[in-house]
Amino acid sequence: MADHNSNETSSDGGGWLSAFAPIAGFGVTFATMFTKVVTEQYPEQKVPTAPRFHGRHQLNRHPDGLEKCIGCELCAWACPADAIFVEGADNTEEDRFSPGERYGRVYQINYLRCILCGLCIEACPTRALTMTNEYEQLKGSTRAGLIFEKQDLLAPVLGGMIPAPHPMVPGTTEQDYYQGKVTQSVSEQQEWVDARHGEDEKAGKVESVKGGDR
Amino acid sequence: MTVTEPSKTAVDLVTLTIDGIEVSVPKGTLLIRAAEELGIAIPRFCDHPLLAPAGACRQCLVEVAMPDREGNVRPMPKPQASCTMTATPGMVVKTQLTSPVSEKAQRGVMELLLINHPLDCPVCDKGGECPLQNQALANGQGESRFTEVKRTFPKPIRISTQVLLDRERCILCQRCTRFSKEIAGDPFIDLQMRGAHQQIGTFSPGVLDFHVDLPYPVVRTSEELEPTVESQTQGSTKDESRGASHDHVTGTYAADGIATRGEAMLDESGQPFASYFSGNTIQICPVGALTGAAYRFRARPFDLVSSKGVCEHCAGGCALRVDHRRGKVARRLAAEDSAVNEEWNCDKGRWAFTWSTGADRLTHPLVRDPETGELEPVSWPYALEVAAKGLLKAREAGGVGVLPGGRLTVGDAYAYAKFARVVLRTNDIDFRSRAHSAEEEAFLSHAVAGTGLGVTYAALEAAPSVLLAGLEAEEEAASVFLRLRKSVLKGSKKVYSIAPWASRGLIKLSGSLLQTVPGQEATALGSAAAAEAVAEPGSIILLGPRLTESPGAYQAALALAASSGARLAWVPRRAGERGAVEAGALPGLLPGGRPVSDPAARVDMAAAWDVESLPSQPGRDATRIVDAAAAGVLAGLLVGGVDPDDMPDPAAARAALETASFVVSLEVRASAVTAYADVVLPVAPPAEKGGTYLNWEGRHREFPQALTSDALSDGEVLDSLASEVGVWIGLRGELSGTAELASLGRWEGAKADRPEHHTVPVAGTTVLSTWSMLLDRGRLQDGEPYLAGTAHRAVARMSPATAAQLGVQKGISSNVTVFNDRGEITLPLALTPMPDGVVWLPSNSPGSPVRSKLAAGNGDAVSVRLAGDQLMGA
Ligand code: SF4
Ligand code: SF4
Ligand code: FES
Repeated sequence: MADHNSNETSSDGGGWLSAFAPIAGFGVTFATMFTKVVTEQYPEQKVPTAPRFHGRHQLNRHPDGLEKCIGCELCAWACPADAIFVEGADNTEEDRFSPGERYGRVYQINYLRCILCGLCIEACPTRALTMTNEYEQLKGSTRAGLIFEKQDLLAPVLGGMIPAPHPMVPGTTEQDYYQGKVTQSVSEQQEWVDARHGEDEKAGKVESVKGGDR
Repeated sequence: MTVTEPSKTAVDLVTLTIDGIEVSVPKGTLLIRAAEELGIAIPRFCDHPLLAPAGACRQCLVEVAMPDREGNVRPMPKPQASCTMTATPGMVVKTQLTSPVSEKAQRGVMELLLINHPLDCPVCDKGGECPLQNQALANGQGESRFTEVKRTFPKPIRISTQVLLDRERCILCQRCTRFSKEIAGDPFIDLQMRGAHQQIGTFSPGVLDFHVDLPYPVVRTSEELEPTVESQTQGSTKDESRGASHDHVTGTYAADGIATRGEAMLDESGQPFASYFSGNTIQICPVGALTGAAYRFRARPFDLVSSKGVCEHCAGGCALRVDHRRGKVARRLAAEDSAVNEEWNCDKGRWAFTWSTGADRLTHPLVRDPETGELEPVSWPYALEVAAKGLLKAREAGGVGVLPGGRLTVGDAYAYAKFARVVLRTNDIDFRSRAHSAEEEAFLSHAVAGTGLGVTYAALEAAPSVLLAGLEAEEEAASVFLRLRKSVLKGSKKVYSIAPWASRGLIKLSGSLLQTVPGQEATALGSAAAAEAVAEPGSIILLGPRLTESPGAYQAALALAASSGARLAWVPRRAGERGAVEAGALPGLLPGGRPVSDPAARVDMAAAWDVESLPSQPGRDATRIVDAAAAGVLAGLLVGGVDPDDMPDPAAARAALETASFVVSLEVRASAVTAYADVVLPVAPPAEKGGTYLNWEGRHREFPQALTSDALSDGEVLDSLASEVGVWIGLRGELSGTAELASLGRWEGAKADRPEHHTVPVAGTTVLSTWSMLLDRGRLQDGEPYLAGTAHRAVARMSPATAAQLGVQKGISSNVTVFNDRGEITLPLALTPMPDGVVWLPSNSPGSPVRSKLAAGNGDAVSVRLAGDQLMGA
């Protein structure tokens, strides 16, 4: 109905100007030729994104290398595109990934679904999930390749960090981590990791990692 | 929510006004329920329709005004808890909807409750389905004025291998403690300490100073033993770890390859907390203070898809909610069904569901390679072809016996019954892969088959007295136990039990024991004491699984019922047994209670099944099928979910499977039968098929398929197999078997004759008494170590006099060995008031596989000797 009406009005309300209508578009083109070019020569020239650009997610670490993610699934809950899959698990003395009781055992973001809206990072109660400015990894030709696993999303191990699993800094509680009282890993943690490394080697398991840059 | 008050026919109504709306409710109705009638939800935590009012949380405050003596409506000075106050005529109630006073009161209470609540919702399993979260949002104040440091507790405490307690989150509503006391009768936790330190805790001597004072010793000399096992609580307070340290009587089953995690703490009586109903406390805790170890951090409510379910374990037929995530069952909860389980279930029904997802799950049909003798995975068409050919050949070579097992849905059992008669042309079918007798079959044909809904849970609740004959309700039919206990606590109900000793379940029912030597149940049922027990009109006699090994018991029960007017009900142990009787999976019974021996019934069924005639020769029962197969008379066996170790003689059953020239096995998981099978056809576990169980009442308990799966039900596999043979049995759809059975109707003709009396055998040196524990080595409890940890410890029981004869010395804990020519079982001895010359063993607990070790059952003669002095804790 509405379409029908609008067609009628446009054909009615012509006047003599309508004679120029076919070439009026060229005027726009012509005028644009003299404005500033906005096209970017990507990928030859890479322009930095805006600082708050919503790029690939990152799962952050505490300063000693323990993970911030507690596996609470609030990000998955918040996600309007149902792009996130999380499964929590219990931290044990042998395998501690985060301070406190719970950590995210499985963490997947499906970038085929993600609309990069950022609702998930707002939902995260521990600031474990943030977004980087990185966008170039978010391409691929397979479905599986675009489902990022936890190891693809984890933040790099910076100086002073030891990758989990390892115990908390001795004498600290979960609260201390959140209050920023833990600033880097301590020698006890490194010793624990080394001892564990030795055991694993004996048991024929894969080598574990020392602190430092990735 | 259910209104607890029973709707009597002539109820006194009282009329009151709630938020300006007049409403009439039965006298005695609580204000909170009266408001519900109007659709007004008053926030609440401690209130639960099935628990006694407590008024513990104060969240439900409302403004109340009542007429005084002159009839002037006078407001009460302070807001009142609507969950403890009953409606009275002329009352004027204003809830948060109309009264700023009650709104403010509720907000204040919420603020108070949240003061010490840790707000760790992100790591809490209750998050997303938490009444505290929801009501804090709906009725809370958004901001707290509390700026001080919150009280904290180390967390969580493990109060059993299954139940974890986080005291910081607890709002002291006491639902859990009230449930344990009022419903389950296992008071294992209670409030302790005062003020801000008030907390739910286990009974530890350090806090509550209880005495280890039992009706009978669980372990004879537990007081004399040194503490051996340290407390397993994770960072419990000093008091508690001290209290829990003498925890040496817990059920730790490292034996038999069942790994458990953690140890159970002791309850107020000093027993390890091994309540069979502990899972319900987790379900009703309105916050995340009580959580389950098995479901810990597994999922969030929004991840879960909920399906209706019915428990596949016992014959109770409890309604379940099956929550699954990504094709895997994450947890099961008790669903509400006021006619059956109300809102409760037992821990087995709640947690024992991992059995079908283990590594031994069968996914492909297997056929034995004639050359290598190994089972090879093959395609369905090929497997069906081999199975059909083999069964046909065996049918011609002597016949095929059918052992469907007692765990089938009605439709599947019906498919076996039809397949046996129409395709295999035999009556050699018996679902009783357990102890059984001809007398039992006669009883089932006479008094159970085709009787429809008989005695119900409601009738049990209403009955003035209930006689349990050979039934340990708590162990063998947990929902029956809960219903009985409910009415016992209400008042005048009496429970009697015909058993050798008073089990903990009977004590919790305040029951009277009609002490009976196993095998003599018939005499007990015929005694004056039994007649007196059921003398009151409306009494009920429940017949349990043990009676099948007690000659003359069924006849005596029928006689007692006839002389006293009491009603009879048969309570089997497995979920599929009643359905299998109805479906005709018995040698002498066709579907709907039609006796094979009755030509008219055979003609009736032949017409319904569209075949010329049905086999008229009476079939063999399970024992005789086994014997005939072992003797080479029967050439083939078609076996469903049967564990040879449940059979009366496991060795004979294995021999039969070995000898039979062709064995087809329909199984969910690789089992003992698989090793003997020529063709293995995988079938679906209950979560992957729909169906109907018939519970002990005779009530249809229908459930839909929960998980997406391409596994076929037994009925569908048998249908395909029949097609392969060239016979159309028309049972393709999920519920078609159930529907076809229903369309057949019940047999209206003459019933089977009453069971005949058999003579009582002479007892041997010591008579064996045995029944199954709720949690034991059953294959349907595999893969759940947390649950296994709450199983009761296996002990042998004897009377002090009998033990003294063996040379058991006072003050020394002893192990005894029960033996016969087949094997022996050694267990710690617990002295129990029971008849002399009787020894009791749990049927299938870790360390006590009675059938497979002794091939003996209830009432059989065994010998006992002292196994040397040993500490029990070791
Ligand atoms: S950015 Fe938006 S769409 Fe992408 S995962 Fe987060 S919530 Fe989902
Ligand atoms: S543990 Fe849960 S159910 Fe028990 S008192 Fe605390 S809040 Fe209530
Ligand atoms: S619900 Fe009324 S006091 Fe708790």
